[in-house]
Amino acid sequence: MTTTTRDDGYVVFDRVQKSYDGQTLVVKDLNLSIGRGEFLTMLGPSGSGKTTCLMMLAGFETATSGQILLDGRNINDMPPHKRGIGMVFQSYALFPHMTVGENLAFPLEVRGMTKAEREERIARALDMVQMGAFASRRPAQLSGGQQQRIALARALVFDPKLVLMDEPLGALDKQLREHMQFEIKALHERLGITVVYVTHDQGEALTMSDRIAVFNDGRIQQLAPPAALYERPDNSFVASFIGENNALGGTIASLQGDKATVRLFNGDVIDATAVNVREVGQQTTVSIRPERIEFKPEMMPDGAHTLPAEVMDVVYMGDILRARLKVAGQDDFVMKFRNTLGQTRLNPGEQIRVGWHPQDARALDPV
Amino acid sequence: MASPLDPHAAIVTEAGGLDATLTTADGTPLKRALARASRKSRWRAFLLVLPLLAFIVITFVVPIGQMLHRSVYNDGFAANMPQISGWFAETEPGTVPDDAAFAALSADLQAAAEARTIGIVGTRINYEMPGTRSLFTSTGRKVRGGVEPPYREALLEIDGKWGEPELWASMRNSSTAYTGSFYLASLDRTRDTNGDIVQVNENRRVYIMLFMRTLWLSALVTVMTFLLGFPIAHLLATLPLRRSNLLMILVLLPFWTSLLVRTTSWMVLLQQQGVVNDLLIWMGAIDESGRLKMMYNQIGSIIAMTHILLPFMILPLYSVMRTINPSYVRAAKSLGATSWTAFRRIYFPQTLPGLGAGALLVFILAVGYYITPALVGGASGQLISNMIAEHMTGTLNWSMAAALAAILLAGVLILYWIYDRLVGIDNLKLG
Repeated sequence: MTTTTRDDGYVVFDRVQKSYDGQTLVVKDLNLSIGRGEFLTMLGPSGSGKTTCLMMLAGFETATSGQILLDGRNINDMPPHKRGIGMVFQSYALFPHMTVGENLAFPLEVRGMTKAEREERIARALDMVQMGAFASRRPAQLSGGQQQRIALARALVFDPKLVLMDEPLGALDKQLREHMQFEIKALHERLGITVVYVTHDQGEALTMSDRIAVFNDGRIQQLAPPAALYERPDNSFVASFIGENNALGGTIASLQGDKATVRLFNGDVIDATAVNVREVGQQTTVSIRPERIEFKPEMMPDGAHTLPAEVMDVVYMGDILRARLKVAGQDDFVMKFRNTLGQTRLNPGEQIRVGWHPQDARALDPV
Repeated sequence: MASPLDPHAAIVTEAGGLDATLTTADGTPLKRALARASRKSRWRAFLLVLPLLAFIVITFVVPIGQMLHRSVYNDGFAANMPQISGWFAETEPGTVPDDAAFAALSADLQAAAEARTIGIVGTRINYEMPGTRSLFTSTGRKVRGGVEPPYREALLEIDGKWGEPELWASMRNSSTAYTGSFYLASLDRTRDTNGDIVQVNENRRVYIMLFMRTLWLSALVTVMTFLLGFPIAHLLATLPLRRSNLLMILVLLPFWTSLLVRTTSWMVLLQQQGVVNDLLIWMGAIDESGRLKMMYNQIGSIIAMTHILLPFMILPLYSVMRTINPSYVRAAKSLGATSWTAFRRIYFPQTLPGLGAGALLVFILAVGYYITPALVGGASGQLISNMIAEHMTGTLNWSMAAALAAILLAGVLILYWIYDRLVGIDNLKLG
């Protein structure tokens, strides 16, 4: 990450719970502290409670219990218009009966700014998103990407310290989405604002965020910077939700500190790093990333356990090759390797042995 | 300019129209080939709408055309009194009738009396000058056997009214089959003895007042339906579907009840010995001598019409409100607007197409409303449509009814045109 931020508790969720029907909790005991200037992403499948958290922060939903602090102040009972939080909506919510300029003037008018000041700020905000020539257009006359920029400019024009974004790039095509990710990230760094970003797109979360909070079932499963999240998932949900993942089920055969050996269900033994297992005999799921799997003996550490594998098929993906293997009775074991000059070509039906560094195999909770 | 990296900003439409001499592969001009290819589907479309088209032409366009024609055409005098009509055509308005005029008149009267059309002639003049029908019929009886010259003295002897300039002015006005006199009468105007357009006597000036009252009451009813319907429509659009369906049934319930039944129930409720007055007395708000008059006056018309026309305001509003994404109001609030500002500047402007449609619908329906004012309006709650009905069924002056209706139609069309200029008819959303 390019910026390092201290977690000074600019936004704090303190034991927040939310229920809509009085019977089930959509958000269960949320504790989260966000630092000033941080880009924090709430990532999770739909229904995981991430959008509800964002709406509580924006003031459109009230927390059923617990409190939300903004810059040290409890904002539970503060109406949305007094919070001074910028927000970008998934549908952009550009006012259709106003021009782009009027859309941007709206937050400034309700703050009672003079016309001269408004015009200066609008011009600055539009230039910031390279839309300076579009002030007199109507939103309907703009493409999706242009509307997205205007929505961004409108959320920033009144200089909020905190900006919330609710899947802002969900409606854009892939190429434009990647471009806008880059622009939003650049704006965040230039303006030094705090951003809370909600998405279900893990790629988006990994490329943009300082930290990612992975939501599932109303709880934060893991809160960590992208690299840590990808390389050191805390549990099986995070391991399978972020990136491609191989999961091998088994029981702990031996445990020494964080070094563990796991006996798979077919009797094979592998090395692993103990993450959230405590005792020998416990059931576990070992998570290994496809690109960390080796099939050349010289690349494996000394004394590492290896497993026999049968190549099922190999998919040519350009920069990499993706082989599906049958390992330990599972035929959905995936290995990725770089398409370099002189790389060994595997053929379906070939028998190989695969292995990995023990720190790349993480023994997690059983699925 | 947009960023060069943004592919959407760089959409370029091909400039320039198609070349007019474009041909298909076998050399026929493209336009002709296209016309031939689409001819069949156009014929099919035409045949599909033909029954409805015929129905509308026969039941709608033709009667309205006839009505408009009748408003400027009445040959009750001109066809039956040809000689005097000819004299009117040759002389200037204001000419004092000479012997030739009386000769022509008495000949026409005799002929009309013998042909038994004197009543039609009298009725036509009666429209212009009330109370003259009997003059024609009684004179007709007396001249049937022939009139001896001098004609002037002979007619004056039968009835002195034959010398009145007003009568001659009325006959001159009626002497052509095509006439604007019904439109003049609809606007409380007539032609005096010199042929100039003047206002009718003060005690006969009713139509302009009725037009004004109709417009005013319709506008008031429109405002009332808006004030009452807007919150309901909003509730309908925001409630969960199951509960909004129930509410919708309540809104539509009046539609399933006969108009007459609804109007009559209002009579039961609002009359001086009615439920509302009894309730107010029971609550002590008024005493027995102060029973409110809410029926057989304008108030009765307003209340009953507002209730009956309410769904026509609610439904278009509802259909528009349902499509307004709640994130607009949320966005406004997040940008710092209070709930009121968000409503006024963001929500309300987006409901305008529905409001326009509802207002136009209610207003146009109210302008032509007939049964309800006739039943509950009393004297002060009568509208122009009641007068049209009176001329259709009471005085049998269909030309007058047609002229009043045509003015009403023109007024509505003008309103429609103004609405189109101000709001745009494509913004109209009826559902």
